[in-house]
Amino acid sequence: RLMGRSTAQPVVRRALDDEMLEQLEELLISADMGVDTALRVTANMAEGRFGKKLSVAEIKQLLASEVSRIMEPVARPLPIYSKTPQVVLVVGVNGSGKTTTIGKLASQFRAAGKKVVIAAGDTFRAAAVEQLQVWGERAGVPVLTAAQGSDPASLAFDAMGRAQEEGADLLLIDTAGRLQNRGDLMEELAKIVRVIRKKDETAPHNTLLVLDATTGQNALNQVKVFQEISDVSGLVMTKLDGTAKGGVLVALADRFGLPIHAVGVGEQIDDLSPFDPDEFAAALVGTDG
Amino acid sequence: MFENLSERLSGVFDRLTKQGALSDEDVKTALREVRVALLEADVSLPVARDFVKAVQDKATGQAVTKSVTPGQQVVKIVHDALIDTLKGEGEPGALKIDSPPAPILMVGLQGGGKTTTTAKLAKRLKERDGKRVLMASLDVNRPAAMEQLAILGVQIGVDTLPIVKGETPVQIAKRAKTQAGLGGYDVYMLDTAGRLSIDEELMQQVKAVRDVANPRETLLVVDGLTGQDAVHTAENFDERIGITGVVLTRMDGDGRGGAALSMRAVTGKPIKFVGLGEKMDALETFEPERIAGRILGMGDIVALVEKA
Ligand SMILES: Nc1nc2c(ncn2[C@@H]2O[C@H](COP(=O)(O)OP(=O)(O)OP(=O)(O)O)[C@@H](O)[C@H]2O)c(=O)[nH]1
Ligand SMILES: Nc1nc2c(ncn2[C@@H]2O[C@H](COP(=O)(O)OP(=O)(O)OP(=O)(O)O)[C@@H](O)[C@H]2O)c(=O)[nH]1
Ligand SMILES: [Mg+2]
Ligand SMILES: [Mg+2]
Repeated sequence: RLMGRSTAQPVVRRALDDEMLEQLEELLISADMGVDTALRVTANMAEGRFGKKLSVAEIKQLLASEVSRIMEPVARPLPIYSKTPQVVLVVGVNGSGKTTTIGKLASQFRAAGKKVVIAAGDTFRAAAVEQLQVWGERAGVPVLTAAQGSDPASLAFDAMGRAQEEGADLLLIDTAGRLQNRGDLMEELAKIVRVIRKKDETAPHNTLLVLDATTGQNALNQVKVFQEISDVSGLVMTKLDGTAKGGVLVALADRFGLPIHAVGVGEQIDDLSPFDPDEFAAALVGTDG
Repeated sequence: MFENLSERLSGVFDRLTKQGALSDEDVKTALREVRVALLEADVSLPVARDFVKAVQDKATGQAVTKSVTPGQQVVKIVHDALIDTLKGEGEPGALKIDSPPAPILMVGLQGGGKTTTTAKLAKRLKERDGKRVLMASLDVNRPAAMEQLAILGVQIGVDTLPIVKGETPVQIAKRAKTQAGLGGYDVYMLDTAGRLSIDEELMQQVKAVRDVANPRETLLVVDGLTGQDAVHTAENFDERIGITGVVLTRMDGDGRGGAALSMRAVTGKPIKFVGLGEKMDALETFEPERIAGRILGMGDIVALVEKA
């Protein structure tokens, strides 16, 4: 089989024909790229090469560079502005990794000499605040909290005030997980954004949507709806340390073109890396060994 | 956002032979669309492949009744086959919790919904079945995981094992077992930390917990929005720990739920419950009919064919 591990055997060349293309499509579909995008990526890759005899390694290499070419423009770190406090709102569905990512981001920014404040805007989930407080301690960053069940928008408003008073460079606001088809919860999010804008109409300066790499095609809908409601400015994909490849990012790059700022690669504080298109493509196609 | 199967097939329908038996070619043409529909619903590729092949064999040569089109006939066959695969043996939602105290072990990837589901299940066992339940968190990894379960316990009026910092998961499991026996509980539930199925160390750890507790049920809690990775998760957890059932969470979302089919096909274990929200009563027994229609993105046409 084409996708099997290569062993030290004489290099076999195979024609880049329909059958081969179908196998490549399946490889990409298995990585959650989705049928349409997988078709397009393989077609692009085959353009001008159809019928050519190529080795498996060559074919995979070509596929990886095609993926990497699509991802190159969206691989951009979280922009830092001169305006302070820069407000970063973190949103996403339940359990995707928002709180953990905030802990990791806080630690990185602090290490870069920034003064960071965190607002524990998940006033709903049991022990969400306690969880974030632990991350605040680990990162050495203060965490502003409100009572469980209280209005997250008013906490965000108060946190804006505190961050301004304290001269913070960055304010990271955590939010409760919510599924994008829950109208009531999405309205709650819209309200958080509105209230933040009362303090500073240019805020939030970044709205990060946190996606879980194990999620399949539903991620497309997540981005669509969260963008409509909260003006998403960039993506973070977590849990790429697992067996999931996060291929839906390719479909997302194609359709929305939103920057991908970082990827989560573990549960520890340093497990947040910049998004590297080549590395991502290699892991997706399987040329990373 | 997704074309449903009936839209997909409408073009294909017209080209199918209008009467007699379903020809090999008819079925093949229609099943190509079915395959794509399954993949778009996040059914794992190998599972979709096997499923389509099985349906192909079943459908070819079947007589087409006058009241339906060949396309509708194929859809009905596909739908029935989906339900067949999704359905487990026995009563859905039934748990082996005789011989108290019966241990239930909850496992799964990070953030799938284990802790929430542990509490939902405990509430259900308490209220529907009149069981005395003890919950214990073995999660020594995630910050405030134990507090999370303790807070939920207070909310639903179910006891949790007192938190003792510094214990290992195996030590906590032993303490839960003792406590459940001494306290006269019917069931004790062990909530574990999220873990990747390829994390050797953490998989060993949960095996050790299993060997201590000897669970009557080991439930794999899986995010209903999971994509192709479902096969790896199902395979690895079942092979390494041996699960007795699956709980699919976040089915209140608008995901198509293909993971349900992957889980069933790979493990052969029943899907027992679905999570339908964050609240403590948002847990229902699994209904294969509902998920089948959802995977195909088309409850209605099936109902139509059923009537015909
Ligand atoms: N392996 C791995 N686990 C992660 C990563 N990021 C987060 N997690 C884990 O995923 C689980 C959920 O993370 P949280 O940060 O609580 O997710 P959340 O989005 O804040 O969840 P809610 O607030 O409940 O919606 C935790 O067990 C984290 O440790 C990652 O990059 N890799
Ligand atoms: N919408 C919805 N949210 C759910 C459901 N089940 C759990 N959640 C949410 O998903 C998030 C993660 O749930 P947890 O129970 O903490 O997940 P976990 O598997 O224990 O996470 P770790 O312990 O970090 O691995 C929380 O925000 C829950 O409220 C469900 O069925 N529907
Ligand atoms: Mg959170
Ligand atoms: Mg948990």
